[in-house]
Amino acid sequence: MKKNNSIKTVVAVGIGAALFFVLGRFVQIPSGVPNTNITTQYAILGMLATMYGPVAGALIGFIGHTLIDLSWGGAPWWSWVIASTVVGAVVGFMGKKLPIHEGVFGKKEIVTFAIINVIANAAAWLVVAPVLDIAIYAEPAAKVFAQGAMAAFVNSVTAVVIGALLCIAYSKTIAGKGSLDAE
Amino acid sequence: MIEPVISFRHFSFQYRAQKRPTLHEINLDIMPGERVLIAGPSGSGKSTLGSCINGLIPFSFPGEIQGSLTVDGVDAPTAGIFALSAHVGTVLQDPDGQFIGLTVGEDIAFALENECVAQDEMKETVGRVASLVGIGSHLELAPHELSGGQKQRVSLAGVMVDQVKVLLFDEPLANLDPATGKQAIELIDEIQRRTDTTVVIIEHRLEDVLWRSVDRIVLMNEGRIVADMRPDELLSTDLLRRHGIREPLYLSALRYAGADIRPQMRPAQADTLVIGEDEKQMIGAWMRAAGPGREAEERPVLLEVSHIGFGYTPERKILNDVSFAIREGEMVSIVGQNGAGKSTLSKLICGFETPDEGSMRFAGEDMADWSIRERAAHIGYVMQNPNQMISKTMIFDEVTLGIRGRGYSEAEIRERVEETLKICGLYPFRNWPISALSFGQKKRVTIASVLVMGPKMIILDEPTAGQDYRHYTEIMEFLRGLNEQGVTVVMITHDMHLMLEYTPRALVFSGGAMIADKSAAEVLCDPELVCRAALKETSLFHLASRCGIEPPEALVQRFIDTDREVRAHGG
Amino acid sequence: MAAKTVLNYLPRKSVVHALTGTTKLAFFLLFTFAGMLTYDTRVLLGLLVVSLLAFRVSRIKVSEVRFMLVFMLIFLLLNNFFVFVFNPNQGTEIYGTRHVLLPLPGRFAVTAEELFYLFNITLKYFVALPVAMLFISATDPSEFAASLNSIGVSYRVGYSVAIALRYIPDIQRDYHNISQAQQARGVELGRKEPLMKRLRNAVNILLPLILSSLARIDVISNAMELRGFGKKKKRTWYTKKPFGRNDYLALLLGVLLLAASIAITFADGNRFYNPFM
Ligand SMILES: Nc1ncnc2c1ncn2[C@@H]1O[C@H](COP(=O)(O)OP(=O)(O)OP(=O)(O)O)[C@@H](O)[C@H]1O
Ligand SMILES: Nc1ncnc2c1ncn2[C@@H]1O[C@H](COP(=O)(O)OP(=O)(O)OP(=O)(O)O)[C@@H](O)[C@H]1O
Ligand SMILES: [Mg+2]
Ligand SMILES: [Mg+2]
Repeated sequence: MKKNNSIKTVVAVGIGAALFFVLGRFVQIPSGVPNTNITTQYAILGMLATMYGPVAGALIGFIGHTLIDLSWGGAPWWSWVIASTVVGAVVGFMGKKLPIHEGVFGKKEIVTFAIINVIANAAAWLVVAPVLDIAIYAEPAAKVFAQGAMAAFVNSVTAVVIGALLCIAYSKTIAGKGSLDAE
Repeated sequence: MIEPVISFRHFSFQYRAQKRPTLHEINLDIMPGERVLIAGPSGSGKSTLGSCINGLIPFSFPGEIQGSLTVDGVDAPTAGIFALSAHVGTVLQDPDGQFIGLTVGEDIAFALENECVAQDEMKETVGRVASLVGIGSHLELAPHELSGGQKQRVSLAGVMVDQVKVLLFDEPLANLDPATGKQAIELIDEIQRRTDTTVVIIEHRLEDVLWRSVDRIVLMNEGRIVADMRPDELLSTDLLRRHGIREPLYLSALRYAGADIRPQMRPAQADTLVIGEDEKQMIGAWMRAAGPGREAEERPVLLEVSHIGFGYTPERKILNDVSFAIREGEMVSIVGQNGAGKSTLSKLICGFETPDEGSMRFAGEDMADWSIRERAAHIGYVMQNPNQMISKTMIFDEVTLGIRGRGYSEAEIRERVEETLKICGLYPFRNWPISALSFGQKKRVTIASVLVMGPKMIILDEPTAGQDYRHYTEIMEFLRGLNEQGVTVVMITHDMHLMLEYTPRALVFSGGAMIADKSAAEVLCDPELVCRAALKETSLFHLASRCGIEPPEALVQRFIDTDREVRAHGG
Repeated sequence: MAAKTVLNYLPRKSVVHALTGTTKLAFFLLFTFAGMLTYDTRVLLGLLVVSLLAFRVSRIKVSEVRFMLVFMLIFLLLNNFFVFVFNPNQGTEIYGTRHVLLPLPGRFAVTAEELFYLFNITLKYFVALPVAMLFISATDPSEFAASLNSIGVSYRVGYSVAIALRYIPDIQRDYHNISQAQQARGVELGRKEPLMKRLRNAVNILLPLILSSLARIDVISNAMELRGFGKKKKRTWYTKKPFGRNDYLALLLGVLLLAASIAITFADGNRFYNPFM
């Protein structure tokens, strides 16, 4: 059974990265502010990292984000790619105790999930991304922190609102041990 | 004495999430080189049995096993999936889930790559196996460039690179058009003859599998084996009908005519069937007893499609100059080969895509300026896969979704939804989570969620794919009921029986053009049309010519009428 | 929507296409790394020349990558604009001098240093652009997994990338179907709805997508296990190309470029080339 889990992780990373790619690249919700769209890939990242753990979470963020950047045609913007990786790793690390696989996702879990995602996104976009931007690209601190704050806010909101709703809905579809009985 | 290659002894299995065992007391021996068909109603444990043979149970689906199972000398419950994969090759139902490589060649090589086979040897094996299944010239193609039947060939090649003793197929025919399904069965048969492997096929479409001979049919019901016989014997009993499995049509016709089916008649295949003078006379008499046909009255045209042309990309046209009209209260089938453009046509009608040329009118009004939502109020579209439509966890919420925000009061909404749920037979479950429903019930939830918007017409994409005969009948009778209440029903289907039994009229598509618009019986009795649209002649047509009935459509029509009467009287 | 077009693969007969995927991946990484470390204008210009030459020999036409080019130009323009707006004196801070060219009010005076700094940012990005496009357009996606594996990444991770490339078109089509079916029932993501409603509608579309993707994970991992994936510590690759002389040359070039970039950039103890002092 151990073995199957590791294959499942390989596949979950692949499919997760594909979802991250499709949502990040093609699915945009207008935010109301002109020319800025809300993308939903961090909601999925939060959910999958919670389900499959930190390594899978980190890889989904890394592969998914790299593919998005490559598909736009340029070299990946590594500082942000790494930030996505951090989101996946942190959520996966802190959220691996959440019993979503057993079909439990109540109030307590929702709150934990929300806090974890806010922490992860804050760490990634307020610290990792801007610091790397300064180190690699020598961009003005004011600019990168402003961008980071915007990203932290938007991605936290989508991860918390959409991610939690998805987790709740998903947990309702799981059957517990010995719970299925005809009539 | 030859040892069986698969041997179940007092075997039972219980999934971890289940309260009771799914398989009980299975005793089954399969000999090397045998061909075995496993049949049974949905949920009877066929796939579960297959998963025991290839090791997915207990290693991927945990649970509790009792008794023993040996596969090619290996103790299956302890061997592990990898060890078993050297003995058993499995072709799963979903060709897209099974097709893992980015191209055909890579996918076939997948198992070899995992074995660390050197590249030269790998290329050679892949080439050999690919030409064996007839896909040798397509090694560079990506999955989406292949048809459903070709994908299935790739799956087969992928398991044949190992010299396996047993080939296991779980529903290889679902979603294939009839002609491709027939080819798939021929291919399996040919491979079996050449390599002398043991073949185990799990399939609902009994008549299609019997197109090539099988040695035994194992009939399952509620986790037990209820019959294990040669096909000729099994078809002579009423076991199939008793367990809600459809027997071949030519046998039903003979029974309606009052004939008695005996093993000596070799009933397993339509062309080897021995029909004596007695049976011919019975058929003749049955034909003469037909009542007068009913003439349908002409109703006003509801949907008129004229000269529609469309392509997803400018280079490749998918639909060309398609025109037809559907009248109010009709029930019509759309049939044709995989990739002919049937689903694309329904997307155009629903406004998901915009035609490049031509026009459509609904009840006389031009639809060009209608939005998706406006169209949805008149024309409901039910997708093939209910899981792609369901977005809520509770049935009530799911059905309500479509009529929220249309200015109805909460009470009106509730009333409408409840009424719809009653029509669909879902009212008792209204507060259930959708995840607790079977596939067929989910399908009805999606139909309900479309019906609640009050459409005059609904289009269903493959309403019965992968359903057993009982659920099939349930869904189809429900649709017929709707139709009687005045809803126009259009169905896209690969199921020739469905077309014959339920829809008087059929539109036939091939390569993006509509090549016929006739009665269903006429379509299936026209060999040239059948061939062009990758359909399959009905075995009734065969029977008619064997009994010298002219025109053969008459027998088909008589069969449909009788069948309907029998069912109307709860038979 | 093919896996090939996800990343715009353009098959062709050229020296670059004939290199193994491993070489292209390694070169791409070495090269972007060289470009990332340095801010030295001379090094950047040198790298740009190499990069453009490589693009030339690949026989890929500019018109074939125009879409990416336009996208990148817009991105760079916007980025430069923001860099300027947030701190118009970044150039002065870096180069230590201040030559005002256009005295705009407040702190928004345009200096030669700032322009030179912006020029360098743009250059830095442009250097990597042709190589990145080449990497994408001249590498068969089928070779990705094998290449990652041969530069030392675990084959499991390599295969995750292959699965992602394989299933992106399928998931995209699923998404399309699901969102159309939801639109027919009045679920919109467009501007007409209030923001909160839009987010909730997004859940209506994402949930079926996620559930079907999770089911897919189960099916695929079973299918892979039934065919022996993960059985051994290593695995061979059907699509891997053998190394040739040009591969060694290209790799050598990559290593030399990186070394040169590091050497020249840090020779004077400063990442920046300063023409003002
Ligand atoms: N992974 C699982 N966990 C729990 N129960 C399961 C699982 N898979 C199947 N079952 C249950 O086992 C029973 C038999 O299922 P199985 O899939 O073997 O039926 P089947 O005969 O193949 O049906 P179908 O024709 O619809 O494919 C069903 O009641 C099903 O709910
Ligand atoms: N979204 C899309 N983008 C591009 N091509 C598409 C798209 N959807 C379908 N096609 C192509 O259009 C053709 C017709 O597809 P369609 O789904 O309408 O066939 P169909 O008759 O419904 O087949 P089946 O019986 O297999 O469901 C196919 O060749 C398919 O590859
Ligand atoms: Mg099954
Ligand atoms: Mg279709």
